[in-house]
Amino acid sequence: MIEGFVALYIFMLAAFTGYEVISRVPVILHTPLMSGSNFVHGIVLVGAMVALGKADPGSSLELAIGFIGVILAAGNVVGGYVVTERMLEMFKSSKKNK
Amino acid sequence: MNTLIQIAYFSAAVLFILGLKRMSSPVTARDGIVWAGVGMGVAILITFFWDGMQNYLLMITAIAIGSGAAWVSGKRVPMTAMPEMIALYNGMGGGAAAAIGAVELLKGETHGFVVLGLAAIGGAIGAVSFSGSLVAFGKLRDLVKRGGLFPKDKQKQINIYVLGALAALGLFMVIGKPFVVVILAFFLLALAFGVIMTMPIGGADMPVLISLYNALTGLAVAFEGLVLDNAAMIIAGTVVGAAGTLLTQLMAKAMNRSLTNVLFSGLGTVETQISTEAMAGSMKAIEASDVAVMMAFAERVIIVPGYGMAVAQAQHKIWELAVLLEARGVKVKFAIHPVAGRMPGHMNVLLAEAGVPYDKIYDLEEINVEFPQADVALIIGANDVVNPDARTNKSSPIYGMPILDADKARNVIVIKRGRGTGFSGVENTLFYADNCRMLYGDGQKMASELIHGVKAL
Repeated sequence: MIEGFVALYIFMLAAFTGYEVISRVPVILHTPLMSGSNFVHGIVLVGAMVALGKADPGSSLELAIGFIGVILAAGNVVGGYVVTERMLEMFKSSKKNK
Repeated sequence: MNTLIQIAYFSAAVLFILGLKRMSSPVTARDGIVWAGVGMGVAILITFFWDGMQNYLLMITAIAIGSGAAWVSGKRVPMTAMPEMIALYNGMGGGAAAAIGAVELLKGETHGFVVLGLAAIGGAIGAVSFSGSLVAFGKLRDLVKRGGLFPKDKQKQINIYVLGALAALGLFMVIGKPFVVVILAFFLLALAFGVIMTMPIGGADMPVLISLYNALTGLAVAFEGLVLDNAAMIIAGTVVGAAGTLLTQLMAKAMNRSLTNVLFSGLGTVETQISTEAMAGSMKAIEASDVAVMMAFAERVIIVPGYGMAVAQAQHKIWELAVLLEARGVKVKFAIHPVAGRMPGHMNVLLAEAGVPYDKIYDLEEINVEFPQADVALIIGANDVVNPDARTNKSSPIYGMPILDADKARNVIVIKRGRGTGFSGVENTLFYADNCRMLYGDGQKMASELIHGVKAL
């Protein structure tokens, strides 16, 4: 376990970072950015992998839940990336045309 | 190996933040997602080498299933359906966080009190986000009907009761030895709460809701990161949680509604009291050819797109029309309400897809002073965001929401499929105004007819 207060510091600094990063976003990028941040919390896949990897192979309940967790998390990562990439691709091509 | 894992996670966290930063400017946005993607790839690959991991076959199968399904659906989905896809993928992330929480709780004995508490809180938030996002997805797809499960005046009480029960059950689970049955009951209740809370919300509040669930999933991921001692999850989750909360607030503010109002008042669930008879005047229809003449000889035209344009896929035709009008010397501008469509910036994305340059697109504050000078305001598939009731009628459910003052233009043309009320179920007095004419029909078909009409002149 990361020391209680260190965890709290990480939490606070990350919160400010998130707040600052998005506060300068023009409205035009709100949807792609929401989609992009949706992709970023796909990092949950890493946790889901560890949860499944460390699950007791004898407990089918742990395995089943862990398995579903990894499926869902992988969907979050790949879906989030594909959708965001497609949206931003549009921005690029529209700029080149004009 | 452990040091290597930590280095990889650290780089991933840095890349996520830089990626999000780059995504906040139109010029660098394209790189931003690639940076974040590289960070994600590194973090995922290194995780395979975590100490004492087992069940690799299951893990790889699950990753293949999840990413395969998401790849196919993500590539196939049309641009108009983006909002519900984001809701769906976001819900999956929440579900994954809940699953982590459940597995860690099942391992019970190895964890201390604080860790179990964090796992429970993160898991519950993730579960609520999961079922809530699925309901939001269903609503946007019209798979789920509008309206709550309970009478409107009871909704708030029921929300509080269920939340209270959830908290009590959670406390019992964490303090006592976590039994399997209790853990499952806890998560089922959290899932149910997500459904109960989301059902009555609809209409223009949907974007706010999706954004809120995005933030909640981030928070859930951060909590589970604390449980698993995973700094990358803590940082990425918290950054998304904070950014998502800010975005949610910005959206709620744009509609002049507080977040609690959005969550508990249930806009669009009740039939509005204003009957059609009470409206002064009537809706007056107009032909496309007349509109074409009106626009071709206008000096200033402002186009107001809404969700209807997205449904009809009319953005390309609308831009073609704008180019034609500009060639005739008409000044054309696009006015975008912050919550037009089903997501913030939804209209911007569609117009960008059609090739409309950024400098033709104006925000609410910039464009509202220009409506009184405009000869024609062409409203295509927008409804609530131009409803003057929001300014004048205190009994209207959308009273107080800032709107585009399209009604102040000399002529207002509304392209609309039928006479019914919009997505939110609120009657629009603009349609009955003297300077307003209705052009009934599908957005894309009508836009084509307008193009045809202008060309024929």
